[in-house]
Amino acid sequence: MNAYPAGRPLLEVSGLCVDYGAGPGTVHAVVDADLVLHRGEVLGLAGESGSGKSTLAYAITRLLRAPGMITGGSVGYYPQPGTVVDLLAASESTLRVLRWSQISVVMQSAMNALNPVLSIGSQLTDVLQAHRPNLGQAARQARASDLLAMVGITADRLGSHPHELSGGMRQRVMIAMALALEPQVVIMDEPTTALDVVTQREILEELMDLRERLGFAVLFITHDLSLLIEIADSIAVMYAGRLVERAGAAALFRAPRHPYTLGLLSSFPSLHGPRRRLTGIPGSPPDLRQLPAGCVFHPRCSYATDRCRTDAPALIRLGARGDAAAGGGPRAAACWLQDGSAAPPPELAVPAPSEPAAPPAPAPTASAPPAPDLARSQP
Amino acid sequence: MYVISRRIGFYALTAIAAVTVTFFIPRVMPGNPVSAVLAKMQGTVVTKQTLAALQAEFGSDTREGLVGQYLHYWNDILHGNLGISTSNGMVPVTTVIRGALPWTLGLVGTATVISFILGTLLGILVAWRRGSWLDTLLPATTFFQAAPYFFLAFLAIDLFAIRLGWFPAVGARNTLDFPAFDWTYASDVLDHAILPALTIVVASAAGWIVGMRNVMITTMDEDYVLIAQAKGLPKRRVIWYAARNAILPSISGFSLAIGFVVSGALLTEIVFSYPGLGFILLSAVQEADYALLQGIFLVITMAVLIANLAADFVYVYLDPRTRQEA
Amino acid sequence: MAIGSGTDLDDAQAADLLELYPNAPASRRRLRLPRSPKVIIGLALLIGFGVLAVIGPWIAPYNPAQTFSTTASFPQPPSAAHLLGTTQQQQDVLSQLLAGGRSTILVAFVAGLIATVLSVIVGVTAGYAGGLGDDLLSMLANFFLILPALPLLIVIFGFLPPSQGGDDVLIGLIIAVTGWAFGARVLRAQTLSLRTRDYVESARIVGERGWRIISFEILPNLIPILASSFLFTVLYGVGTYTALAFLGLVNPNHVSWGGMLFYAQVAGAEQSGYWWLFLPPGLAVALLGTSLALLNFSIDEFINPRLRAAGLSRRRARRAGVTETARPPRRFVLGVTPVLRSVPPAGDDGRPR
Repeated sequence: MNAYPAGRPLLEVSGLCVDYGAGPGTVHAVVDADLVLHRGEVLGLAGESGSGKSTLAYAITRLLRAPGMITGGSVGYYPQPGTVVDLLAASESTLRVLRWSQISVVMQSAMNALNPVLSIGSQLTDVLQAHRPNLGQAARQARASDLLAMVGITADRLGSHPHELSGGMRQRVMIAMALALEPQVVIMDEPTTALDVVTQREILEELMDLRERLGFAVLFITHDLSLLIEIADSIAVMYAGRLVERAGAAALFRAPRHPYTLGLLSSFPSLHGPRRRLTGIPGSPPDLRQLPAGCVFHPRCSYATDRCRTDAPALIRLGARGDAAAGGGPRAAACWLQDGSAAPPPELAVPAPSEPAAPPAPAPTASAPPAPDLARSQP
Repeated sequence: MYVISRRIGFYALTAIAAVTVTFFIPRVMPGNPVSAVLAKMQGTVVTKQTLAALQAEFGSDTREGLVGQYLHYWNDILHGNLGISTSNGMVPVTTVIRGALPWTLGLVGTATVISFILGTLLGILVAWRRGSWLDTLLPATTFFQAAPYFFLAFLAIDLFAIRLGWFPAVGARNTLDFPAFDWTYASDVLDHAILPALTIVVASAAGWIVGMRNVMITTMDEDYVLIAQAKGLPKRRVIWYAARNAILPSISGFSLAIGFVVSGALLTEIVFSYPGLGFILLSAVQEADYALLQGIFLVITMAVLIANLAADFVYVYLDPRTRQEA
Repeated sequence: MAIGSGTDLDDAQAADLLELYPNAPASRRRLRLPRSPKVIIGLALLIGFGVLAVIGPWIAPYNPAQTFSTTASFPQPPSAAHLLGTTQQQQDVLSQLLAGGRSTILVAFVAGLIATVLSVIVGVTAGYAGGLGDDLLSMLANFFLILPALPLLIVIFGFLPPSQGGDDVLIGLIIAVTGWAFGARVLRAQTLSLRTRDYVESARIVGERGWRIISFEILPNLIPILASSFLFTVLYGVGTYTALAFLGLVNPNHVSWGGMLFYAQVAGAEQSGYWWLFLPPGLAVALLGTSLALLNFSIDEFINPRLRAAGLSRRRARRAGVTETARPPRRFVLGVTPVLRSVPPAGDDGRPR
């Protein structure tokens, strides 16, 4: 986990709602999502398949495919302090200018994301051609070679086609492509899920390295929470289209506040520490067309109260120490247990670690679950 | 390249098989082709040589065994001897075909290329502008695709040539003029070619339009097209990226469809009395000129094979994935 | 064209079909066609033609071969006695039209049926067996695919004595022999992808016999493609039979729409403006073909859901109570997700707000 100081807000999502289809049978894929991405920050978006994390990310840049539709909320992008672009109201031409030069995307499968009939050199230079028309042919080629060198690929591969490269190389090409115009935000949609574990590690390290050098912010989407613990500054957890918890990485990890997060964290085996029973989460994710009333998680929640069955909780702001506070910091959880009316169960009230200046030295209390190891777990 | 040489091998086999088929058909069919030919030739003098030639051609001559006849047939073919045309005054079949082939190549070749290009472009347009009024045109195209070529030819003649009088109804050129390389001759040829070409284009373009549209729609769903949009590339570029991939199945389809288009074009020629292969094909059928019939069939098959080979070359050029050595 | 064109699309179509039927055992999923105007019109037309094929000769006002006047030598335009006029031989065009449907439709369906059976046998076997058998069968299919069908048929029928040319079933059989290859190619591609599916693999491991696997696991999933292939081949049969009749290669005493066009040409109909000679039979063939093609469209859309109309239709949007803001959602724009500010109707599913 990096202690990169978060800069000013770069991308602000508030109350975003995304639907698939319309009329009866509409799937509410994302409901009331609030996010803030700061300059240079790595924000992890975690959740199961169908939780809406990819939908949210693509909706932000209006790249969501049909029949997806944005039905509410706002997305503001602040390229410089003081200027704001409303991405939901932006015209196609505005979007075209912003895309890739400010916000770029790395997708899960490089084999599908790279055009199979074109050379990778041309796929690197086409953005240069579109966004930097002053660059000449030679300059573009030089920049393309530089980009490849940046991810550790020799320039003689400029003429190769995607099918001639290995999986790891293709992913690196995608990363190089995403950084071609030095954007401020890079959205990464499960960029390493399709790779073997060794390559996964290499690529992640190169990625974080590049981020230190170039200073871009990352919206990292994954189902692997343990991965985020290592690389993310803050994490947002999604369930059934809703944001259920939002916190700094260490805080989330050590002191979860939402039963779902707790369940996720208890699902990984740790390599060290005493042996314990893996609990997991009973039940399965709901059908998005027929959601339970009240809190969407309550059927699977061992702490569910009567109120949970009838009222859906909004994101409740929590203070820096992870407790309900009037002012409200960036930390939030959508759970009635945290609304301050009663003391939450001890597993959900572990004192949060202080704001990270140095990696916290955990001293687990008897009632708190043993801290899952920082080593990676199998996804 | 490995892929191309495999295809050439296959085409060679197909050619051999086609020749074999033409060899066996008159021998396998019930009835006696020789007497049928002779029946049609009543009124002309039949010499002994002619009779012998006919018998040799159709296998009634039992001096050689079947294998011998087969080899003899191959020998003739490879020497460019396709037999004697009984309905055209006993001239060699090759002469008759040579007279008609340029007209067919000109008309059908041009019309097919135009149809393919037009159909593909329209297909891209319809796919790109999905949900617009263009979608309503699609069922109309199925009508034109389902209508027989020669029916459309009838309509074209009746409407444009007879009632409106815009174009000539018959033939490839004004037969009273001598062919010359000047503008009047060229414009005359063009004038006569427009209606037949239009018929062929209208009848065949529908297939390309629908095919290309369907592939484009599937292609536009691909990740790399989404990334192209995410890159902020101009719209034209994005369409090009998608189309560049989508055209590959269309080219495969071209190979499949060329047989159909050629068949339809031949029928169109008949209706317009256009002096191409279709026209002499009909007279060969009516006059039981079997040698000419077989000759035309072989020529058409060879042309289709060559067209297929050309399409294969284009495909391999356009798709780098096929260039990998197997 | 039904399935589109070429092997790559076969594979893409195969992949799409597999998305519809994920790793489930052969569910007897019924072919539920989307209820669009295309299907309704196509089906209605087809049923209409089917009825015509059966009762056509009976409802014809006159005997199609009966000649009426011995003095007139030109085709007569439509009149009260002859609603579609007469041919050059003074036969009633309407009767010929009604009676002629039977042979055309019969031949086309026989051809479609036989060709589909052949394509299943060759295509599925090739796809399932693999190896040398697959190579040989594929080569056979490719050979028939490349060979130009109509010229070959012209040669065959040219050599056929006229007495044989009147048997509809025989004609259908010969046409089928030239038309099975396309379906075989498509089925082979589909079988190849299905063969690697888990439920097929598990059946093989358990030791189920090959033909049982084919019948129970693979064939049911091939039904949509089979239906499309069948329709396409019937379409091919209609066009080919009409063309052969137009060239006078099938017994001219047998009335058919193609035959009517043959006589139309003999009478110089297009030159002299006798539109009633060629317009009715030509339109009939075109409409029959259109109905088949429309049904094929719908099956294509069923197989590949992406081909259906994208986005919202105006009607559905209004019903959902959606008002449009900057961008109308109906037109599909790639790469720009539409933004709609909707007013949810009262009593929706209780979204938390």
